[in-house]
Amino acid sequence: MLKIRNSILFTTLSLVLVLTLLLNISFGQVSIPIKEVVKSILGSSVEKETWEYIITNYRLPKAITAILVGISLSVSGLLMQTFFRNPLAGPYVLGLSSGSSLGVAFVVLGSSFLPSIVAQFFISSYGIILASCIGSLFVLLLIVLVSKYLRDVMSILIVGLMFSSFTSAIVNILTYFSTAEQLQKYTFWSMGNIGNISWQNIGFLSIAIFIGTLLSIVSLKPLDALLLGENYAKSMGLNFKKTQNIIILSTSILTGSITAFVGPIAFIGLAVPHLAKLLFQTSNHKTLFIGTILIGSIIMLLCDLISQMPMSDFTLPINAITSLVGAPIVIWLIIKRKTI
Amino acid sequence: MKKETIIATHDLSIGYKTKKETIAIAENLNLELTSGKLITLVGANGIGKSTLLRTLTGIQKPISGEVFLAEKNINSFDNLELAQNLSLVLTEKLPPSNLTVFELIALGRQPYTNWLGKLSDEDISTVKSVMKLTQIEHLADKKHFEISDGQLQKVMIARALAQETSIIILDEPTTHLDLFHKVSVFKLLKKLSQETKKCILFSTHDIDLAIQLSDEMIVMTEENIVQDQPCNLISKGIFNSLFKDQTITFDSEKGKFIIY
Repeated sequence: MLKIRNSILFTTLSLVLVLTLLLNISFGQVSIPIKEVVKSILGSSVEKETWEYIITNYRLPKAITAILVGISLSVSGLLMQTFFRNPLAGPYVLGLSSGSSLGVAFVVLGSSFLPSIVAQFFISSYGIILASCIGSLFVLLLIVLVSKYLRDVMSILIVGLMFSSFTSAIVNILTYFSTAEQLQKYTFWSMGNIGNISWQNIGFLSIAIFIGTLLSIVSLKPLDALLLGENYAKSMGLNFKKTQNIIILSTSILTGSITAFVGPIAFIGLAVPHLAKLLFQTSNHKTLFIGTILIGSIIMLLCDLISQMPMSDFTLPINAITSLVGAPIVIWLIIKRKTI
Repeated sequence: MKKETIIATHDLSIGYKTKKETIAIAENLNLELTSGKLITLVGANGIGKSTLLRTLTGIQKPISGEVFLAEKNINSFDNLELAQNLSLVLTEKLPPSNLTVFELIALGRQPYTNWLGKLSDEDISTVKSVMKLTQIEHLADKKHFEISDGQLQKVMIARALAQETSIIILDEPTTHLDLFHKVSVFKLLKKLSQETKKCILFSTHDIDLAIQLSDEMIVMTEENIVQDQPCNLISKGIFNSLFKDQTITFDSEKGKFIIY
């Protein structure tokens, strides 16, 4: 019975994913008929050459980025919620996004304090990516260090929260001393942008996310055991330290690389695992893993579709859309929840 | 039928080590837990029952002496090996989740499943047979938060059984239950120790039930720790020294505590 229900859900979600992918590519400042989108993806010639150009150079990379963002943030949210036994845990809470933000804030807002040659490098897009990765890696190392001394997983969560406030305070101070131009650049990064990622960068991003996802698959069985709490899990043969390290490593690769390339994206990591739990009515992490991947991709494609404001020339910041969509979902879940 | 020694302690001293000093709770313990026996651990609150259980399960290291599980020092087991030899039922509350009773019991198969935790046909038949043994088959598809405390306790016992270990150690499995459910958990544990030939050790405050149903008891008092059959413990007058209060005495004829 349960197996049939799950197969129906997986099939439906896959179909919805294909549909949203086609819609996402089809809509934008220039509308392209879905039939032509399908043709282009399948490799046959398209009616207008400009369409072909738009699809291969703008729409398709953007859609793939959206899917990668959806997968990695949702999966790391799923891992964190079980690991920290906290339904409100997400990539944000561990402080990884804050770490990235701090890195970027330092180079963008603080560039006037750096020697001009160094400043020039850091202001370039590669500089931002590097700073962001260093930032999240710094937080990762900090958390690994803290977790060595604190056995309680809740304490790690609190350290993550404190780090976020610490970061925003530093960003505030840097803002005070920066020029309007620098401020604008930082603000744009912090709004998130999945639109101008080159094919080459998509390659890098895919490799990082492939590794992160692989690590999270390894932690699915330990996560099932952790549903009974740390002590029961240990009594069933779980190597807790090793599991903890794998989960921290995989979530920081997933979150760190995404934040580096597209900026901080809010709420996806928090809301999607809950949607999956609601839909599949299970705690089995193998089922939820596939579920969050599908739902995460669909939601990100839809959020991007909304941010394009079909029939208009505006593009809204993606981070605002994910918050607008995600926050009500989370509130609704909290009101509705009996057991999540 | 030959009794097999599952856990044995050699001159075991238990307690805590702080940076400054070592606080011993009990010293020179030589306990022997054998197969097919239902053994209860009793003692007043704060006497160190949990410390003893934590030491016997290898969670806490002894101050001195050794604990042997299957003739091997328990602190030399790795997690997986230990999980295949010893299973636990704890007092702690389960975190919220959507686990069904079947899934929860199946988690007990984790020490035997592959890296993805896939259940083989053999695993599934083990889960089904332990559910039959504990008479909870009708609960299989219920979520674990939908059943009563008494039923949940049986589910947790079934999960420990699914781990297929030679010994099950339970920490106060009858607390929070009414008399009917206390008795049914006691009887279930008794039945399991006889039918499966496992050694079952558990701590409890229900001393009169323990006296009636257990094969052996380990009594912890301030002075010492004694392991023996309930009737011998009664004739030795051990239970009188269980509580400090003079108004609580043990009536050895009725086999229960009397309050003056």
